[in-house]
Amino acid sequence: MQSSAWAASAPASRCAALLQPLPHKLAPKPFTAVSNMYHFNPLTTVAPAPGAAAAMCSSLGSDTSLFMRPLPLSAASSPALWGQRVVCRSAATVAPPTQTAASAGTEVEYEAIIGIECHVQLLTRTKAFCSCPSEFGSQPNSNVCPVCLGHPGTLPVLNAEMVTLAVRAGLALGSEIARISKFDRKQYFYPDLPKGYQISQYDEPICTGGRLEVEVDGQLKSFGIIRAHLEEDAGKIVYAGADRLSGADYSLVDFNRAGVPLLEIVSAPDMRSGRDAAAYGEELRRVLRTCGVTDGNMAEGSMRVDVNVSVRPRGSTVFGTRVEIKNMNSFSNMQKAIDFEIDRQVSLLRAGRGSDIVQETRLWDEIKLVTNTMRKKEGLADYRYFPEPDLPPLNVSDEFIEQVKASMPELPAAKRARYLSLGLTRGDVAVLTDEIATSQLFDAVLALGTAVKPAANWIQGDIMAYCKEAKIGMDALAITPATLAEMVSLIENGTISGKIAKDILPDLLQGKGNKGVRAYIEKQGLLMISDEAAIGAMVDKVLEANQKQLQEFRAGKTKLQGYFEGQVMKESKGRVNPGLMKEILLRKLNGE
Amino acid sequence: MQAGLHNGLRSGSLRGLAFKAARCKHTAVSAAKSSVIRDIHDKITSKECTAVEVTQRYLDAISKTDPKICSFITVDADQALSQARAIDAQIATQGTEGIKVLSGVPLAIKDNICTQGTRTTAGSQILRDYVPTFDATAVSRLRAAGAVFLGKTNMDEFGMGSSTENSSYKATRNPWDPDRVPGGSSGGSAAAVAARECAAALGSDTGGSIRQPAHFCGIVGLKPTYGRVSRYGLISYASSLDVIGPMAHTVEDAALLLNAIAGADAHDATSSGQPTVDFAAGLLPAASLQGGSRPLAGRRIGLVVETLGEGVAPEIDAAIRAAAEHLESLGAVVEEVSMLTFSLGLPAYYVLALSEASSNLSRYDGVRYGVRTAGAADLPSMFCGSRGEGLGGEVKRRILMGTYALSAGYYDAYYKRAQQVRTLAQREMNFALASFDALLTPTAPSPAYR
Repeated sequence: MQSSAWAASAPASRCAALLQPLPHKLAPKPFTAVSNMYHFNPLTTVAPAPGAAAAMCSSLGSDTSLFMRPLPLSAASSPALWGQRVVCRSAATVAPPTQTAASAGTEVEYEAIIGIECHVQLLTRTKAFCSCPSEFGSQPNSNVCPVCLGHPGTLPVLNAEMVTLAVRAGLALGSEIARISKFDRKQYFYPDLPKGYQISQYDEPICTGGRLEVEVDGQLKSFGIIRAHLEEDAGKIVYAGADRLSGADYSLVDFNRAGVPLLEIVSAPDMRSGRDAAAYGEELRRVLRTCGVTDGNMAEGSMRVDVNVSVRPRGSTVFGTRVEIKNMNSFSNMQKAIDFEIDRQVSLLRAGRGSDIVQETRLWDEIKLVTNTMRKKEGLADYRYFPEPDLPPLNVSDEFIEQVKASMPELPAAKRARYLSLGLTRGDVAVLTDEIATSQLFDAVLALGTAVKPAANWIQGDIMAYCKEAKIGMDALAITPATLAEMVSLIENGTISGKIAKDILPDLLQGKGNKGVRAYIEKQGLLMISDEAAIGAMVDKVLEANQKQLQEFRAGKTKLQGYFEGQVMKESKGRVNPGLMKEILLRKLNGE
Repeated sequence: MQAGLHNGLRSGSLRGLAFKAARCKHTAVSAAKSSVIRDIHDKITSKECTAVEVTQRYLDAISKTDPKICSFITVDADQALSQARAIDAQIATQGTEGIKVLSGVPLAIKDNICTQGTRTTAGSQILRDYVPTFDATAVSRLRAAGAVFLGKTNMDEFGMGSSTENSSYKATRNPWDPDRVPGGSSGGSAAAVAARECAAALGSDTGGSIRQPAHFCGIVGLKPTYGRVSRYGLISYASSLDVIGPMAHTVEDAALLLNAIAGADAHDATSSGQPTVDFAAGLLPAASLQGGSRPLAGRRIGLVVETLGEGVAPEIDAAIRAAAEHLESLGAVVEEVSMLTFSLGLPAYYVLALSEASSNLSRYDGVRYGVRTAGAADLPSMFCGSRGEGLGGEVKRRILMGTYALSAGYYDAYYKRAQQVRTLAQREMNFALASFDALLTPTAPSPAYR
């Protein structure tokens, strides 16, 4: 690579060393278990080292000149920048619970204060600051480039789609959209963080304020949103040589997720129970999915919730010591984790052991149904936030916001109100609006003129059961809304019986009736039999075969009528017109 | 020397480069008077010599001179010759029609500017084996313009220094006097140009790193306006101040290089979208200035008084005042102007540059590339060991100070206050430039020191 005439004669031995062949540094280093991962080895300490710990390395020279003295300028420095953070996380403010309350005995009533920080992965095609695909499930370290690997000389360029989705989310949550916001660097050392800092938004987030109306067990509650800000995700660490962190021989890093765009939504500390929190989470997910902001897939990590829980005597105005819980992969787990944590804290307070509640992060163990200490916080981490110099401030124009507003879909709350006005019960509305695909199919069928009640019944009955059985979403069904509408109308006009409809529904759901349900039914020979002579012949055959029961009926055991109806239905393979059949059957049973 | 290709292509000797250690004080190094780039361009297009011949002469000059000067960290002769061969092949098949002004012109690139396939160290051991997979935008534009890359020049580690003694590889010497420093941090590029080891070079300037070594080595160096040249591929020191710029023998050469590298870049969100101009278009040949010509009539130039007087070497003071008189003789009005924020600039610069540097250099953690310490028992020792071994003393000092300035409780007193000073300095500079076409200051308070 180098020409060497000059270098070979260079006196410094260091120069000579430079002439060794240069390894190709982008190639992953060799390791054993999983290919394509950056590895380091071994790993025994996982807590990020915030602050200068890792920056301050050994062997400094003695010549430490001091460049920095406060400059004699008069402009007063504003404490607002640093103060804001405390306001944002007001639930977090540390104040020991009053000991008098704890020692007063069991009659003290406690209330829990719960706030939720929710990270959602934005549904962009590419990453936040480079053009790598943002998809889940690729080969480790295949969706990477020099930018998201933090290579020297690379610079971030903001993905415009990410801004659109954040504005959508803000509008859906009733937030104020900042016309000018900025990006900041949040700094800490960790192997999955390629640049040694995360690009985030600190004191000027894109969305501020907002509210989410949630129905919790029939009661309408309103939970505040403090802010929502844009940031990039980190990579993923895989512990190797053991199935968990403790005992792992070494660790591997997959950077596919590094640089994936996230929106962190911080709630106000407005929730009081696990049920509140779960309802908030479910509604937040529903709203964001409706807007196409995220797919909200908790199992794949595209929606991650951290909850902060503290308790205090009811009526108190100070907050108790906050505990953060992580590792909940569903809302029902979140609810259980919070309720467990509230019980744990209240029990400690009642036992006079309030000081055992410490500010820490606890992990939910979904097998044992308990929370366990993950790490204690030793003082506040100092992330040394400062404005990201590689990105200019983000300007969002009124015009752009109006554009996004015009493209907003109907939000779940509005949809629920509309369905209620159609005469559906609260229960029906809840089921029909829980998943977007369900209400989409419902609305499409209604738009084709189908009556509300049968449309709702078919969708939340047989169709939902089919999907549950097949473990697919309603959007994965091949049936068209027109097919479903035609099926319902064929029942209504007597072309087929409800029984036949139930029988052929699985075929229709697989798209087999999409060329016309009527044609499909004719081809299958399933048209309803309404010919009196044909029905009469079937009834005769059944009576002939059931002489004993016929005698009993005529002797007065009239409840056998249902038995005969079933037999005729069976004889007709379900195709007989039920009304007509009953009429003819009754006549013949009575010997007319 | 003065006539013809400056490193002696015509005669076949290396006049001007043929100084020896004992002789090189006060001898043959001399400044070119006319554009070296145009000269090479003319020789290639007139087929007086081939691009390969031109490149080979420079490679020969490097072999001969650089063991003494130490301008280069990496010389990539194979790549340079293959680029030159491509130019010759183009001429052979398509004639000289498409030959651009930089086609076949051998350049040196500062080693903090990424070159695809050629090792890029930023003067640091932590990147001693780092080979970028992409070109910096400035490099890819030069490549597209047909330039030949001889190699990567020495520098203070990550740009942190002003003498090139803080390189972790070797100290570069001043070609005019090997006992003196070439300045820094672009000392390798400055010395390579001055020693005629390249036709021109790219440097980078954060707080004087192009201008001061250009001054020490007697060449032309330009720090373009921030954002004029893309920073993509420039290994960051202080992101809000870093700029890539030309270092050359003549103003025209610097303008020709700037023409090739300037302009908006989709990879750099801080690059300027303002259209570029032909920076060489307004230049007048020196010969046209004879006989009372006053091309600067109507121009106002401010001589910043804070940059002269106490603490400034008498010969520097004299040179600046002579320059002012020269400008006046060409028709300009030169007036003294006082800029009160001048003394605040340096402390504010250090707070901001070091704060940003402490963040920018966090990525060298041994995980993905670069030096990783051997046998670390746990994660903190891997991080600290790799950085402890890979980063030099000055770099660590600056990271420490920048980390301190950004720490909770100190941010307002240092970083924020420095940003306020920056705003004041900006305002004062804009105010001064509203009444003056240009401001005149020395580049440094002294000539190259020993």
